[in-house]
Amino acid sequence: MNTCPENIVQWMNDYLDGDIAPADETALKEHLESCSACRKHYQELSKTIAFVQSASHIQPPGDFVQATMARLPKERQRAGFQRWFRQHPLLTAAALFCILMSAMLFSSFNDEQQFAFTKQPNLVVEGETVVVPEGEVVTGDITVRNGDLRVEGELQGDVTIVNGKYMASSGVISGEVEEIDQAFEWLWYTIKNGVKDAASIFGSDNTETD
Amino acid sequence: MDALVNKRINRVIKGDQNAFAEIVELYQNQLYQICYRMLGNRHEAEDIAQEAFMRAYVNIHTFDQKRKFSTWLYRIATNLCIDRIRKKKPDYHLDAEVRGAEGLNMYSSIANDDELPEDELTRMEVQERVQYEISRLPDKYRAAIVLKYIEELPLAEISEILDLPLNTVKTRIHRGREALRKQLSNL
Repeated sequence: MNTCPENIVQWMNDYLDGDIAPADETALKEHLESCSACRKHYQELSKTIAFVQSASHIQPPGDFVQATMARLPKERQRAGFQRWFRQHPLLTAAALFCILMSAMLFSSFNDEQQFAFTKQPNLVVEGETVVVPEGEVVTGDITVRNGDLRVEGELQGDVTIVNGKYMASSGVISGEVEEIDQAFEWLWYTIKNGVKDAASIFGSDNTETD
Repeated sequence: MDALVNKRINRVIKGDQNAFAEIVELYQNQLYQICYRMLGNRHEAEDIAQEAFMRAYVNIHTFDQKRKFSTWLYRIATNLCIDRIRKKKPDYHLDAEVRGAEGLNMYSSIANDDELPEDELTRMEVQERVQYEISRLPDKYRAAIVLKYIEELPLAEISEILDLPLNTVKTRIHRGREALRKQLSNL
């Protein structure tokens, strides 16, 4: 054994790793042919590898996937939302905006339970009824809240009545008449108008840039 | 393969749990195998493999998709296995050198205390014996040997899984092989 090269075991390991310098490999092979102790050592090492590799493949139990999925944390729904918010900041902002806007809308709807109407010259008020008197001509749109409208003269414009009635009479209206009775209709009306306004803003923008 | 896995990972990140079930389906065999060879016990292997998948799921957003998913997953699993093995062991460090005995550490001084009598060893079936011998390896050699010879992974990948320099991995495999050779000298 005292003639064995110092690095003989290292060479064996390098060789088994498939990572040995050609010169070392030649030296290793030469030495193994002449030295039975080292040859035995090498054979034991390769037998060891074969032994470990003879381990058969072990299969996980049949319900492994289901069992694993059942162990996943339950708060994933919330985590999912959080991820979603993180990844869609714009949509999150938009949703927040919508919520705040509708809250504002409802509060303003509740504030506006009082009788109110668009001021126009020539209009006469009787209790909670707005009257366009006979023989008079009113130019412009009229909005009446929480009150009625009676037209005896002539109205050149649109009429919007919230929580009230348009009382048909002998008068003439040259625009559209719209009656809104409920909160949701009021909401819808406001949104519709908002969109119309926005469209007209963008429309005028376009015409300016054109 | 990597592109397919990354597609599923992205679905998981978006909250699609079914996509994760597909990932478990893909890797369950190898992961369970690693855990079983490390721990030597089916029940514990199942527990730790599931735990590893669970941690992968929870931390999936930290996975760098430019890397190999299996490497990341195996790393979680081997760390959990090593933790489990160390918890089961008594509180002294086997690696610590024994006083006044240069080069000897606790491994050599306990001299395979739990070694079974030889006639019992010869009665063991081969499969049983393989697992028994792997289980007798110190955990740090065991991980390297299992990844190298059971999973047949390249050394570079093992070094990434174990988060060790390539040369350290080689040394551990050499020592593990040498330890096994000594354990098997009566074979």
